[in-house]
Formats: sequence, structure tokens, C-alpha cells
Amino acid sequence: MATDPATELSLDSRARSNAGSTRGASAGEGPWRLAWRRLRRRRTPLVFAGLFVVLVASALAAPLWAKHVAHTGPSTNHLADTIEVDGRQRNVVELNGVPIGPTYQGEFFLGADGNGRDIMVRLLYGGRNSLLIGIAAALITTLLAVASGLLAGYFRGWVDAVIARSLDVLWAFPVILLGVALGTALALGGLQLGPITIAGDSKLIPIIVIAVVYVPYMARPIRGQVLALREKDFVEAARAQGAGPLRIMFVEILPNLASTITVFFPLLVANAVLLEAALSFLGAGVQPPGTSWGTMIDEGVQRIATAPHLAIVPGVMLVLTVLALNVFGDGVRDALDPRAKVRIEH
Amino acid sequence: MARFALRRLLSMVFVMFACSVLVFLIFNVIPNGDPAVRMAGKVPTETQIEAIRAEWGFDDPIWVQYWTTMEKVFTGDLVSYFTQSNVVEEIANRAPRTFALAIGAAVIWMLFGVAFGLFSAVKAGKFADRGLTVLALIGISMPVFWIGALMNYYLGFKAGLFPNGGYVPFTESPIQWLWHLILPWTALSILFIGFYSRVLRSDVLDTMNEDFVRTARAKGLSERQVLVRHVLRNSLIPITTLWGLDFGFVLGGGAILTESVFNLQGVGQYAADAIGQLDQPPIMAVTLFAAFFIVFVNAIVDVVYAGLDPRIRLQ
Repeated sequence: MATDPATELSLDSRARSNAGSTRGASAGEGPWRLAWRRLRRRRTPLVFAGLFVVLVASALAAPLWAKHVAHTGPSTNHLADTIEVDGRQRNVVELNGVPIGPTYQGEFFLGADGNGRDIMVRLLYGGRNSLLIGIAAALITTLLAVASGLLAGYFRGWVDAVIARSLDVLWAFPVILLGVALGTALALGGLQLGPITIAGDSKLIPIIVIAVVYVPYMARPIRGQVLALREKDFVEAARAQGAGPLRIMFVEILPNLASTITVFFPLLVANAVLLEAALSFLGAGVQPPGTSWGTMIDEGVQRIATAPHLAIVPGVMLVLTVLALNVFGDGVRDALDPRAKVRIEH
Repeated sequence: MARFALRRLLSMVFVMFACSVLVFLIFNVIPNGDPAVRMAGKVPTETQIEAIRAEWGFDDPIWVQYWTTMEKVFTGDLVSYFTQSNVVEEIANRAPRTFALAIGAAVIWMLFGVAFGLFSAVKAGKFADRGLTVLALIGISMPVFWIGALMNYYLGFKAGLFPNGGYVPFTESPIQWLWHLILPWTALSILFIGFYSRVLRSDVLDTMNEDFVRTARAKGLSERQVLVRHVLRNSLIPITTLWGLDFGFVLGGGAILTESVFNLQGVGQYAADAIGQLDQPPIMAVTLFAAFFIVFVNAIVDVVYAGLDPRIRLQ
């Protein structure tokens, strides 16, 4: 793919001229390699990409921390337990209901919540859900957006009319309103798609809701690109060689969308993680006993007057994750397609 | 021009119609329990449920139910399933709160977004630019309900500088009105300021490379004149489009999270509360209300653009 001349069209002229000097030295380098070079030269996006990897790794390691350091599970209550902090025995949850703050030792590293559950353990397990939902939703959005953008842009006519109108309708809703409406309705009754039944408290529900809600934001620019690409000479040439619509869409046009998709993806994940938190905050996302950063913030905000750390800790994790993705996504955009207009609401 | 505007208006009506059908389907096709059963209370008898079903028309075919609901929306007779209050009146009472939030926040985020973006562009690459870029990125990465709740707690509850949520009508006390809105305005603006300053920064930097800017410099204009009269005026066009759309979004009750965190009791919070009770009529009405503002502002932006740029009309 790196040497496919078609791919190069997706790089805009400024990006190409920026790379002009390096190209002279190594003729024939593909656009992906050039983009990688430009990305590598900037330290900040890579540092933040590293931060994101660390966050994902720590979420994956949640069971290890729970078993070997905290010695408790994410849903285990310790209402009546005591813990030794600096040589003193303290209640995990005081008699007036105020939970212990950060101890900075293995057990209750970041304190406990109102039920005496270990916040650090919940944070790691909640991160698993938040990240899983964010990444899975972004993958599905990308799939749906590319498919609908390709179909609409390539076939035009009534196919385009139907798809573009549907996207307009989805787009006319405030993201959060549609997400909450879908999320609540589905959480109560579950979803039945032919033979597949999804239970109301399944994580698939927020994943599907978030994925659907963001499709128009990505499908619209892709459709526009496909409309322009299908008029290019290389598509004409492929058609002259007898290539059918499927081959033209997937072999000729799709590679040219790769840079747009790459630019969109990290930012989509960032917004999906944020939307998951917002939906969970409103009770339309992850359902109990499941936990995510959004549900933790929700619980924390309700008890903010007595135990502010309950709201602060998951929020900081969320901001770090989204920030890492945003900075990395910015770097990717600068390297691949500096003029790409990416706009996603949350 | 008139034909373009008319076509735009027709497609606007269509999109709103489709929005209402979609919401109706979400709440009627997805199996989430019979509203009659939920309304009948804890231990209902079969006859009670039947009576409620007949009274509210839940046993009509779905398209009849859709039609009666829409009829009630437009005649103002729509009634909530659970609070039994008139939905259209409720929205009319809450709209001023949402509008106050939207208008104030929209002014704040535009002013600060443009100021920071322009400053960033002028200082491109310098320390101030990098600092502002970092701040902007943090701003767009923060969930509004989280920062709102923290502001409420630290500035309102702990420091006592601001009231702890709530809303006071302007006619009752303009000062209290302002006092109650400062935190919501700020919380809602943060995200948009971060976003706008980055958009404006890149637009200004792009415009600086244009030939007409070089010409303006060559004819001896001062740097400040070049910046304000030529660069900024051009760069403001794309950001004004964004502003129109976002403003429409917040006007229509899109700031659900901000309204809920600060307990403003606006249209968005009405929807959030109704969703929690699966109370379909208010959700239908608020959705139409929101879609109206989004689609309407979108149409205005398109028509204004077509007026400015004739190429768009031909599409």
C-alpha cells in the first residue's frame, strides 16, 4: 500500500511540499512513511500516545492490582471494616457515612466510596469498560461511516438521497439527546435483532448507541471525498479495465480514504469515551452493577459535599485519557492531512 | 435565491418530520414495557390497565398514535404521562432559562475563542501560543458535567462565592439572575472556547499566507490594520458558521448536562428528567424543539452562505 500512487492523492499539497526536502533524499518513499517521519519528529504527540498505552495497560492489569495489591474486588463492600493507616486503625467508612480518603498504600490507595469499595480497584475496572466502549464504538462508527459514505458517494442518485437524508436526520439531533433517548429505551427493554438478543444491562448497548450517534460526523466528509474521487482518472481507468462497482469502491477508492480514517479514529475514540461518561452520568450508559468512569463520576457528584475525591479521581482519569487521545490525534492530523476539518460534538 | 431558500425550507420540514418519527419509533418499537402498566401504579388490576390503555389510546395502531401525538404537539394539548402537566406549557415556561444560558454562553465563548485564537496565531510557535494550545486541548477534553460539578462545589459550596445551582428570573432580580448564571455560562463555554480558538488560529495562519494579505502589507498598512481588517475579517467567516450551529444546538436544549448539573430547570433538563421516567410526550416535544433550532439555524447559515457565494446555489 505504501507505494500505491493513488494513496498519495489523499495528502494535501501543503503536506506534500513540507515533505519535499525529505523526499528528494529518498525518492519513491510512500506517503505513509513520510507521515510517520513527520509524526516521529514531534515528541509531544508520541509522549501522549505513550500515556494512552499506559492507561490501557493499567486498565488491562486491573485484576492483578485487585488480587495482589488491594486484595479486594471492584464490587466488594467493606462497610464495617477497618484499615491501618500510619499505625492507626481507621474505619473504611465512618459512622456518619463519610468514606476514607486516599491512603496511598496498597489497600484503598485512592480511598473508598460510600459502600466501602476500593476506588483504585473500581477505577481500573471502570477504565476497562470506558476504554472498551470507546474503542469498540469508534470501530463500529468507522465501519458504518465508511460503508455509507462509499455507497452514497459512489452510487449517487437515490442511494445517495436515502443515505444522505438519513444522516441529516441523525445529525439534526443533539448527540446527547439522541444518545440518552436510545440508551434509556434500550437499557430498559434490551434489543432484539433477529436471532440476536442483547440484554438491557449489556455493554453492547452503550457501544451501539454511541457508534450510531457519531456516524454522520464521519460519513458526511467521507461521502464528499468519494464524490470527488469517483471522477478521478484512475477510477475511469479501472472502469475501462472492466472493474465492477465493488472493486472500484474497495480497491480504488477506499485506500484514498485511509488518511481521513486515520485522522478521525483517535478523535472518535476520545469523543466516544466522553459520550459514554455523559450517558452513564445521566443513567443511560453502563448499568449497575457494571462500572465505568462515567458512573463513578455520577456517584461522586452525588456525594461531592462529603467526599469530593469520589468525583475528582475518575474525572482526572477521564480527562487524561481524552487529552492523550486528542493530542495524539492532533499530531496524526498534522502529519497526515493538516487541513482535514474534523468536527465531532460531545 | 428565493428558490434556494424555499428548497432549503422544504428539506427542513422533512428533516423535522423524520426526527419526530424516529423518536416515536425509539419509544414504541423498542420493547420497553407497556406505558399503561407503568402508569397504573404498583399493583394494578387488569381493568385499570385496560382503562388507561383506552383513555390514552395505547391500543390504537401505531400510526394513529403518532398522528394524535403530533396533533397534540401542534395544538398545544400534549400532556405528560407521568406528571399529567401540559408539555407545551412546560417547555414555554422553561425556554427562557435555556435561552438565557445559550445566549450568554454563546457570547462568552465567541469573544474568548476569537481573542485566544487570534493571540495564539500572532504568537505562533512562541511560548504563549503553546501554553494556549495546551489549555485549549485540556478544555476540549473535560466533560462539562464534571467541571461544572467541581465549580459548583469549590466556588459555590465551599467558597460561597456563587449560589449552589438554581435559576432566578431576570424580571425578579437581574443581579441574582446574573449571579446564578455565571458558573453555568463558564462551564458551558470552556469546551467551545478551546475548540474555537484552535479553529480560528489555524484559519488565521492560513489567511496570512494569502496574496491579498501580502498586497495589504505592500501598500503600507500597519500590521494591526492588516490583521484586523484583512485577516480577521476573512477568518471570521468559517467560525461564524460554527457559532451559528452550536448556538442553535444550545438554544434547542442541547446543553442537557450543563442544565442538569446546575439545576437550571431548562428545556434540556426537562428532557433528561422525562427520559429517566420514560415519559414519552415531553421527549417528543423537546426533540422537535431541539431539532427545530438546529435545522432552522442550519438553514439560515446555508441561505446566508448562498447569498455570499453564488456557487453554492447551483449545487
